[in-house]
Amino acid sequence: MAKTIAEINQKIKEGKAVVATAEEIISIAKTDGIKTAAQKIDVVTTGTFGPMCSSGAYFNVGHSKPKIKLGGGKITLNDVPVYTGFAAVDILLGATALPDDDPKNKVYPGAFNYGGAHVIEDLVTGKKVRLMGTSYGTDCYPNRNIDTLISLKSINDAVLFNPRNCYQNYNVAVNLSDRVIYTYMGMLQPNLKNANYCSAGQLSPLMNDPLYLSIGIGTRIFLGGGEGYICWPGTQHNPTVPRSRGDVPRSPAGTLAVIGDLKHMNHHWIKGVSLTGYGVSLAVGIGIPIPILNEDILRYTTVKDRDIYTQVVDYSEAYPQGKTESLGEVNYAQLKSGKIKIGGREASTGGLSSYAKAREIATILKDWIKSGRFFLAEPVANLPGPKNMSNPAP
Amino acid sequence: MKNRKVVMTFPPHLIDEPVTYRLIKDYDLRINILKARVVPREEGRLVIELGGKVEALKKAETYLADLGITMEPLVREIAFLEDKCVHCTACIPICPTKALSLDRKRMLVSFQNEKCIICGLCVPVCPYRAMDMLHTDDK
Repeated sequence: MAKTIAEINQKIKEGKAVVATAEEIISIAKTDGIKTAAQKIDVVTTGTFGPMCSSGAYFNVGHSKPKIKLGGGKITLNDVPVYTGFAAVDILLGATALPDDDPKNKVYPGAFNYGGAHVIEDLVTGKKVRLMGTSYGTDCYPNRNIDTLISLKSINDAVLFNPRNCYQNYNVAVNLSDRVIYTYMGMLQPNLKNANYCSAGQLSPLMNDPLYLSIGIGTRIFLGGGEGYICWPGTQHNPTVPRSRGDVPRSPAGTLAVIGDLKHMNHHWIKGVSLTGYGVSLAVGIGIPIPILNEDILRYTTVKDRDIYTQVVDYSEAYPQGKTESLGEVNYAQLKSGKIKIGGREASTGGLSSYAKAREIATILKDWIKSGRFFLAEPVANLPGPKNMSNPAP
Repeated sequence: MKNRKVVMTFPPHLIDEPVTYRLIKDYDLRINILKARVVPREEGRLVIELGGKVEALKKAETYLADLGITMEPLVREIAFLEDKCVHCTACIPICPTKALSLDRKRMLVSFQNEKCIICGLCVPVCPYRAMDMLHTDDK
């Protein structure tokens, strides 16, 4: 019997919704079978917590007296430059932005201890941030200099926006060269000594809805400890990659653009990331509910780490040179065991995406739904899928 | 009499040399091994407290230097800032002594100070800067 989102929301309202995390559903479906589980379970919750450079926030900081036109001026937040090409007091801060006086990789490998992502984390933590800069002065905005402290409380709007997040699968990074390399996948030791991966695997949102049957534009989500929305396919959304049995992509595929009110977020789920030798990034906690509308949707949520395969890629040569070479395929159960074998050689594995935090997010979202605090939203348009690569369509 | 805490780094070929025995027998030093990592064909590290007469300590230092052992004062300690750790596990393959370890069921990282040889590799590897090198006074 198929359910609708409206019916599930009614059950949430009555406190009767039956919710399981993407981990719990595996054993539930094993015991009860797909058919019974699909009837019994209303929502499956997923989670992910990893660095995503394609993150940022925009702010409306309100007006000083006399007023200043930040738009077109040069403005920094805690010395990190922001983009000012909007209206008078709207500014955009990118997660990877760095202070002008950061030595970057001139002192190799650079430490990248503070950047845009850390400003966002500071604001979410409740700290005051120094806004400084100059502008050119107009008749209506005569002020030319500003040096003030702002906080999330003092400004009008603060919106987190990720042009891309929730990557559906990702490469495993290794280093075939004979020197240490520093990448966005972390430090990679020479001669295949370590292998870094970045996905929550069986808990990851798009792994549990591989064909985007229920996750779409307008889906309400857990974002950074608050509520947010999926607002568009993420940049580089590429659903047409090869897939395994069970339709799970075997390499990076779908992505999501997400948006939400930064003022309602929590610093446990918004964290600045310093990738030595690479730069700054932002870790964002995301949890997506999957409404169990039918048996197909439920079957997809029972995906296990050992069924999710991904490609091992050399980041010393193939990746930087844009060669699409894979050194082999491994699954997430192998990656989480601590060792993988690549061409007969053993590499120790490390993660960048926190499975423990993903599990915590899926559990929080489950509790929110069970307690009637969080309701599901009907998508207003579908994400482009493997067979329909056009723009979002109803 | 003088006491010093030092970190000794041994080249791989010196594994068979009974260094601590010589320090005791030939230089009459009182030694206290705090931490050690000795693996065949790899660089060895020894965190050690040396006590003895100033003259004997000087001679022992020359003996060690001639062998190719580098000696640095112990001015560092690694601190695990638990509230900053998000348990991503990036440090796990890097730590040579498994002082940083992972409970694979709960996927939680923990740090055992007594296993740490203060190599410092985890400090730049942690994206959340949860591993800190503490500098103490060199006495």
